[in-house]
Amino acid sequence: MKTMTIAKAINEGLRATLANDPKCFIMGEDIGSLGGVYRVTEGLKAEFGGHRVMDTPLAESGIIGTAIGMALRGHRPICEIQFDGFVFPGFNQITTQLAKIHTRSDGQLSAPVVIRIPYGGGIGSIEHHSESPEALFAHTAGLRIITPSNANDAYWMIQQAVACKDPVIVFEPKRRYWLKGEVDTENSPGDPFKAHVLREGTDATIVAYGPLVPVALAAANAAAEDGHSVEVIDLRSISPIDFDTVETSLKKTGRLIVAHEAPTFGGIGGEIASRMSERCFYSLQAPVIRVGGFHMPYPVARVEEHYLPDIDRMLEALDRAFAF
Amino acid sequence: MGAAQQSASDKNASAHGTGGGGTSRPDAGISAGVLQNNQVGEGDMIQLLDAHGKRQAESTFGPYIDALDAETIRGFYRDMATVRRFDVEATALQRQGELALWVPVVGQEAAQIGSGSAMVPADYAFPTYREHGVALTRGLDLADLLKLFRGVSNGGWDPREKNFHLYTLVLAAQTPHAVGYAMGIQRDLAADPTTEPAAVVVYFGDGSSSEGDVHESMVFAASYDAPVVFFCQNNNWAISVPFEVQSKIPLVNRAGGYGIPGIRVDGNDVLAVYAVTKWALEHARNGHGPVLIEASTYRVGAHTTADDPTKYRRAAEEEIWKAKDPLERLETYLRAEGLADEAFFEQVKNDGDELAAHVRSATLALGGADIRQKFATVYAEAHPLVAEELAWFENYQASFTDNETEQGGAA
Repeated sequence: MKTMTIAKAINEGLRATLANDPKCFIMGEDIGSLGGVYRVTEGLKAEFGGHRVMDTPLAESGIIGTAIGMALRGHRPICEIQFDGFVFPGFNQITTQLAKIHTRSDGQLSAPVVIRIPYGGGIGSIEHHSESPEALFAHTAGLRIITPSNANDAYWMIQQAVACKDPVIVFEPKRRYWLKGEVDTENSPGDPFKAHVLREGTDATIVAYGPLVPVALAAANAAAEDGHSVEVIDLRSISPIDFDTVETSLKKTGRLIVAHEAPTFGGIGGEIASRMSERCFYSLQAPVIRVGGFHMPYPVARVEEHYLPDIDRMLEALDRAFAF
Repeated sequence: MGAAQQSASDKNASAHGTGGGGTSRPDAGISAGVLQNNQVGEGDMIQLLDAHGKRQAESTFGPYIDALDAETIRGFYRDMATVRRFDVEATALQRQGELALWVPVVGQEAAQIGSGSAMVPADYAFPTYREHGVALTRGLDLADLLKLFRGVSNGGWDPREKNFHLYTLVLAAQTPHAVGYAMGIQRDLAADPTTEPAAVVVYFGDGSSSEGDVHESMVFAASYDAPVVFFCQNNNWAISVPFEVQSKIPLVNRAGGYGIPGIRVDGNDVLAVYAVTKWALEHARNGHGPVLIEASTYRVGAHTTADDPTKYRRAAEEEIWKAKDPLERLETYLRAEGLADEAFFEQVKNDGDELAAHVRSATLALGGADIRQKFATVYAEAHPLVAEELAWFENYQASFTDNETEQGGAA
């Protein structure tokens, strides 16, 4: 066991991947000598060379598009998109090309490209630097989407993403990059597409992922002081979603809160609520309640505290659930 | 001296850390006839056969044709005639309701057969959706091209068998793939010098030239000296929009802006297209980086079978281009030089009819598609949602007792 930040854990995961797979390389903007704007790739160029840690021209469609071509030739590119809000020039390549090449070729080709995207708010930044666009990608069949909430998952998930034969987007919770945790570099946490129950409870369940997992755990602690036993699930994978784990929990607790920074409208929370009402309607003691961002472009930093779900917003949702 | 005149000489200075081979570039192999400034005018292009089928002397590209035997040149004609006959058959199949859509290639046969023939087997081609002639040169069974248009597949062939990628319908989306593939070749060569040298040809049109992906691709290709040939068939029309809306200057002049060589070629002259593409591929394979070729040609037919060119262009313009027909031009040359006799042309016609009959019967025999195959290919690895939805679908299908009910795959 080693203690490290999420950023360092990803860095170590990338290092292990580069060392193990000669076909694997990293490409993106400012990831070489600078080590990325969040220093996640720090030291990797010095260790593996510019050939394996490649600074690209400033062009997101070009990054994803050339990565697809290199993957078709048998290489394993890991693309870094600098910020969530800057992925959209590459959106066409991701959704119309990368997601579809396996099925378009009737299963003959695959393009196992990994795309790392720092996402989410809470860092007081300027516009386009705090967004949570995961639902836009989750809606696209052919992509897999995972998001670590802790250092151990961060270390393993990047390696598991590279090992996967499908394209994988890894959304990294940027405001948690400096969150420290224990990393077991010997034993993998298992299937990256499975949810983890982080805290057991009997009265309600909070499902969260990425940056809101620590918030959900804190809310559960606060609820415990009021006598409520709240289970917390770290979803970990946004596509596919591990509905079975959520269903099992909901059947036990009868109440479900789904929390994410992304707007609730058309989001992952709505998808989970809908699936659960189909799967276990009679287990529900209350409607599934979503806690998330509002239907507005991500607001200016001075008011983002009102936009981002926090402990009180989760407790308010729990109150509503318990009121039924 | 225009800024773009530096294109060739400045290349060494502008190239930085490459993805693999090709870091050294002794004078980049630039020869006469290759654009090194942006002063190319409308009529200024490489031509080895004039409109009357008369051979033109040219010192850089002419030798590539001088080296060819008569059989090879006859082969160019045979391939052009074959794809034209195929095109007629596919159009007929669409009109008869057997294809949802067809994309005619008539008029562009020289641009496609010439460039496709210049490739070696290890090279890799990324087509748009109109490269039926290139498909023929790569050795595909042309019947496979119709699976897409009949609605039974979004691909139709294994691209790795003939190094001919799937058709791409999102305009220009294939250009960065081609550059990436070329960068992959560089990496393979760097890792294992015994890797067979290869280059990539990516096709696009005058309409696609306006897409950002073409720009980004040329930036990447130039920066990493990727062995890729950008082959633009400027057929003068992007559906209904004339070339002038895409560019105020010949497209080849953009090459200078990227610091790569450009060649403008008469796209209806199969010999010239073959020679310039051969040159460009050698340039790329030898580690000198990308080349842009603009082949000036004309889409004689409609954009697709759903299009109506009478709404946006004059018949007189079409007549001008029909007079530049690439097949007639080569036929005139072959006859004048005594390289082909009547029996040859008769044989080509018969072979074309035979291929057309094969394409027709193969298409009609295709049968339907099975949605289970689509469930099976969304992901390469098992996916619980896909499995759940497939199971639901199977149950739903099984709930019908009527034998005539569709079973997930049309007959």
